[in-house]
Amino acid sequence: MIGNLPFVVCIVLVLLGLWALLFRRNLIKVVIGLKIIENGVNLYLVATGYVQGGVVPIWTYAPPDAAMVLPTPQALTLTSIVIGLATTALMLAFAVVIHRHKGSLDGRKVTELSG
Amino acid sequence: MSVVVRTIARILVPVALLFGGYVILHGHLTPGGGFQGGAVAASAVALLLVAFGTSAVKGLKSPLSVLEDLGGVAFVVLGFLGIGYTFFFNVLAGSGGLFGAPVAPGPNPGYLNTGGTLPPMNWAVGFKVIGGLGAVVVLFALFGGGDDR
Amino acid sequence: MRRWIVLAAFLVVAGCLLLGAARMRPFGAPRLALMDRYFNAFSQGEAATNNVVTAIVFDYRGYDTLGEATVLFTAVVGVALILRRIRR
Repeated sequence: MIGNLPFVVCIVLVLLGLWALLFRRNLIKVVIGLKIIENGVNLYLVATGYVQGGVVPIWTYAPPDAAMVLPTPQALTLTSIVIGLATTALMLAFAVVIHRHKGSLDGRKVTELSG
Repeated sequence: MSVVVRTIARILVPVALLFGGYVILHGHLTPGGGFQGGAVAASAVALLLVAFGTSAVKGLKSPLSVLEDLGGVAFVVLGFLGIGYTFFFNVLAGSGGLFGAPVAPGPNPGYLNTGGTLPPMNWAVGFKVIGGLGAVVVLFALFGGGDDR
Repeated sequence: MRRWIVLAAFLVVAGCLLLGAARMRPFGAPRLALMDRYFNAFSQGEAATNNVVTAIVFDYRGYDTLGEATVLFTAVVGVALILRRIRR
């Protein structure tokens, strides 16, 4: 338990975002909750690749005889960050359009698609 | 914004662009790369918007969109360079030409003339990210405002 | 009523995630790192670059980056399409 405390902290971050996602009505706060979830998942992925006493996986002036952390989670987290940014821009654009049409940012009032 | 913000923005916009260019240029040697440097350089557009208002970035929409398209096309063309082997094969690595100097294994000081197709791809993706993020910021500034504008 | 159902679902998800994280392997000792060790050892020879992460993003997994660039382009087009005013 104490050895994998960073994973637990990342999961706590995910749960905070999930709480905002479930119990907040303002669409901007919902978007912020989604970003918190995404950052928690990204931290979790990067923490997965950490090696004890490792250095960054870059050979420029690398200290000799030092283990390197795993590079693949970092590369895929980079992909994830950019895609998350694109989806955030889209979500904020949808929030702007909803505010323009409804006059408020309350998510409960968007009921056109509810059955 | 006030004159203090505008003065500092005039100083910091070239600095942000220069630092973004540095991060992109040294993407194959130091931490960073096309995405990170592009994001840093695109923050200059956001700074312009915050400091000088919508009118300062109105003319940037078309150039940023063109920059993004050019970056994407350049990225795909660089990927097609290696089509003799596989898509995205690094044909320039170790060829001795441009960006083709071989790299000694192990820790080294890092030389700019290495990396094969990676530095051009960094630049392509960097331009793409500058154009994309800058265009998103400018679009929100132009069209995301109140109803009466 | 609905609020209590949502809260129960949240507690179940929270319990599962926390339990999974608490029973994860120790921090800093990854298993099954063969691919990463290969990248760390051979990216200087194969991609001629010092930055292993850049070598993975642009060389070994170039397709991912191509899809990512496509997503970015789609987001910009989508924002422009959504926010555009319809002129009457």
